[in-house]
Parts: sequence; structure tokens; C-alpha cells
Amino acid sequence: MTLKISDVSVGQELPALDLAFTRSDLVAYANASGDQNPIHQDEAFAKSVGLPDVIAHGMLTMGRAIRVVTDWAGDPTAVIDYSVRMTRPVVVPDTAEGSIVSFTGKVSQINDDGTIQVDIGAVFGETKVLGLAKATVRLAQ
Amino acid sequence: MNHDMIGHVYPPSKPYLVTSENISAFVKALGDSNPAYADGTVAPPTFPIVVTMNAMDAAFHDPALQLDYSRLVHSDQKFEYIRPIRVGDELTVSASVEEIKPLGTNEIATFKTDVFSGDELVVTGWSKIVVRGPEA
Repeated sequence: MTLKISDVSVGQELPALDLAFTRSDLVAYANASGDQNPIHQDEAFAKSVGLPDVIAHGMLTMGRAIRVVTDWAGDPTAVIDYSVRMTRPVVVPDTAEGSIVSFTGKVSQINDDGTIQVDIGAVFGETKVLGLAKATVRLAQ
Repeated sequence: MNHDMIGHVYPPSKPYLVTSENISAFVKALGDSNPAYADGTVAPPTFPIVVTMNAMDAAFHDPALQLDYSRLVHSDQKFEYIRPIRVGDELTVSASVEEIKPLGTNEIATFKTDVFSGDELVVTGWSKIVVRGPEA
């Protein structure tokens, strides 16, 4: 079922998502996006440039965070703008479980033109990995 | 960075044909099971980065910009969608330098990337980067 604007109120919390980031996810994202920077795949290289370990692509985190909104809205093409600040990296150890990032969303505003602003949260352990993350969606009337 | 480059517009990137294979690989890498993507015809919201990042990479390596690539961090990303990217779109990107300014010992720069399919503007992206200054 597609969400309608009448289903939405300011302050409403969207269903949260806990998503695992594994080394193989980073390889798949590198291949799909074309971003082959070794800091996202090569542990020795990442450590040589002062990182604690391999880190996820910030754009992978951004790409997954919007799922809070698109899973809720149903139709991903309802998103009319989306912005994030990549504040801290998601560090990804070489384990089967990888790292879990918790994504949340909250309706922060219903605009006069009927569009809806959602503020998005992304936390890895105790660390906010995205800041100022927000999307605007246009739902069916 | 060379502040004289503020406002500079780079030539359009080479056309990139969006295939259902490209879309599906991207969706799979995100791990997104939204049924809207099942047939590989509509791309997810962050898919435009595939073409905007390449266009910016070309700009980053422009000697006139005087940017130290090894000290660059992508800090912010924004997209405004006119319509979703779909299979069959032939995307070109027009990248421009919107802002360069100091931030403490660092410099920040914002690149605007207009993504066209043919003559139609479909998405505009803004990427903010931080170039770390010399270590104290």
C-alpha cells in the first residue's frame, strides 16, 4: 500500500532499520558505484593513511539511510530532495557480522505545498555517522 | 585551491547509458529489497553519484584548480530530483565550482553537478569537499 499525506503527522517516527555493513558489501558497492578507493577495501592501505580499519563509502551509508524513508513511503520516486553530512566513517572489520548501523527517521515538517520533510538519523555504536540528514517527499494526496 | 576557479563550468561528461544491469547492481549493493526496483527500470535516489563523482573526479584533477587530492574528504552530498533516473537514460553531467572558502586551516569547496538525460535536466547534485590544510 502506498502511503498518503493524510497518514502523516509532524513528529511521527518512521520504522527504524538496523543494517549490517560487511567487507563484501563494500566490494559490491565499489563495483556498482565505480568508487574503488582502497580505503574502502584494503585494510593495510586504510591503516597506512591513519584510519582504524577499512571504512564504508560515505555514499553507501547515504544510499542505505534513505531506505528509512523509501521503505515507509513505498515509492522511492516520491523523494524530491535528499541531503546528508558525512560526519564520521563506518569502520568495517573483517568479520561475518560486519558493523551494524541504526537508521531512524522522523517527520519534522509538513510544508505548505504538501511535501513532507523527514529528518534521518544514522548511528554506529555511539557515533553519529550522518549529520543534517534530511529528505523531502511528495506523497499522494 | 585557486579561488579564480569559482564559477568555472567544466565541459559535459561523456554520455553514460543507464542499463537495468547497472541499476540492479547498485540496488543489490545497497541491499535494498524495495519492490519498486525489482525490474531494474527505476534507479534509487543516490544512483546519480555514479556519474556525478566521475565528473567531479575530472575537475579535482584539473591542474588549474590546485587541489591536493590526497587531502580531500567528501563531507556533504545533496540531490534535488526533477524526475527519477530510469533505464535507457543517457546521462551527461555539467560540473561547476560553486564555492571555495577557507575553514580554519582547511579549505572547503562546493561543486554543483547538473545531470542531464539528453537535453532534459533530471537531477542536480551538490558535493561539498574538505581539503585538509598542512599539519600543524
